[in-house]
Amino acid sequence: MSKFKKKKDGGIPAISTASLPDIVFMLLFFFMVVTVMRDTSIKVKNTLPFADQVEKLEKKDLIMYIYAGEPSDRYKEVAGTEARIQLNDKFASLKDIKQFVFEERESTRDELRQAMIAGLKVDMETNMGLVSDIKTELREAEALKITYITRPGEAARNLQRRY
Amino acid sequence: MARRNAPEVNAGSMADIAFLLLIFFLVTTTIETDIGINRKLPPIQDQQDPPPLKERNIFIVLINSNGDLLVEDDPMELKDLKQSAIQFLDNGGGTGDEKCDYCRGPRDTSSSDNPIKAVISLQNNRLTKYSDYIAVQNELIAAYNFLRNREANRLFGVDFTEMEKAYKNPEYQGNKDKLKERIQVIKDMYPQKLSEAEPKRT
Repeated sequence: MSKFKKKKDGGIPAISTASLPDIVFMLLFFFMVVTVMRDTSIKVKNTLPFADQVEKLEKKDLIMYIYAGEPSDRYKEVAGTEARIQLNDKFASLKDIKQFVFEERESTRDELRQAMIAGLKVDMETNMGLVSDIKTELREAEALKITYITRPGEAARNLQRRY
Repeated sequence: MARRNAPEVNAGSMADIAFLLLIFFLVTTTIETDIGINRKLPPIQDQQDPPPLKERNIFIVLINSNGDLLVEDDPMELKDLKQSAIQFLDNGGGTGDEKCDYCRGPRDTSSSDNPIKAVISLQNNRLTKYSDYIAVQNELIAAYNFLRNREANRLFGVDFTEMEKAYKNPEYQGNKDKLKERIQVIKDMYPQKLSEAEPKRT
């Protein structure tokens, strides 16, 4: 029982904190590497269609995301039930697209402007009318490279929800 | 009760715990990358007469608002679209200058002359669902990829889609210029000529 009586040398011994900085730094680096800055919260329904003839999109900073679809339930009262466009964090109308493209271009380095791609994240249920209006605006803004962002899956799965 | 001195906390295992967490997060987080169908929009030009195209070199695909397909005036199921697009592109009905020596189609005189001349025209109306449009786009691109893969395999013994993937890979070991050249050869054999009309009102 003498085991438990040993520490009698007065005072509370200090807890070594020598390794704390290491841990904190490690966590910091970890989060720095892993976090993808997501500055937009999606306010529209966004169930992407399926496709299998796809290419991976690298260089995320060169993609201008354009969302479109019905406003999600929370925003129905403000934005209505018609399909809407979302740019950055806000609902937008068609004529805002050009401005958006120019702003995105402004914020990119000169030599990379040619490589910018408009990424269309459009809900499955959206009508093509809206999509082609967006495309016309993009053509007028001379943003000709576009990509329809999809989910991996066979094209036939796009039709299955119907009876 | 007399207050006892707190024993020293052993911090030696902290590092182990932290590493464990690190490894856990490293394994579980996936940095998601988007995938998509790349397309190029035509630039807006002054109205000018389009170059004359022979009727037989155009393959018209119509999608209506119910997602039904009308291909060359006949209704068609989505699953047959790829095959019929391949047949159209690969027909090679031309003679003389327009002869296509690598085509393996039936050389039907009522279908396309050669893949360079062949144009697929995709038309939809404003009420067509986006998902149907993507499904059709996907099938048409699948048709092009099938033919391109076939030719790439014949000439270079490798899939066209593999070549493109390798070209985009920054860690690719090998001659990039040569690869680019090869990709261009295949692209010239089967250029993607997908035209999209402005959707019709109604």
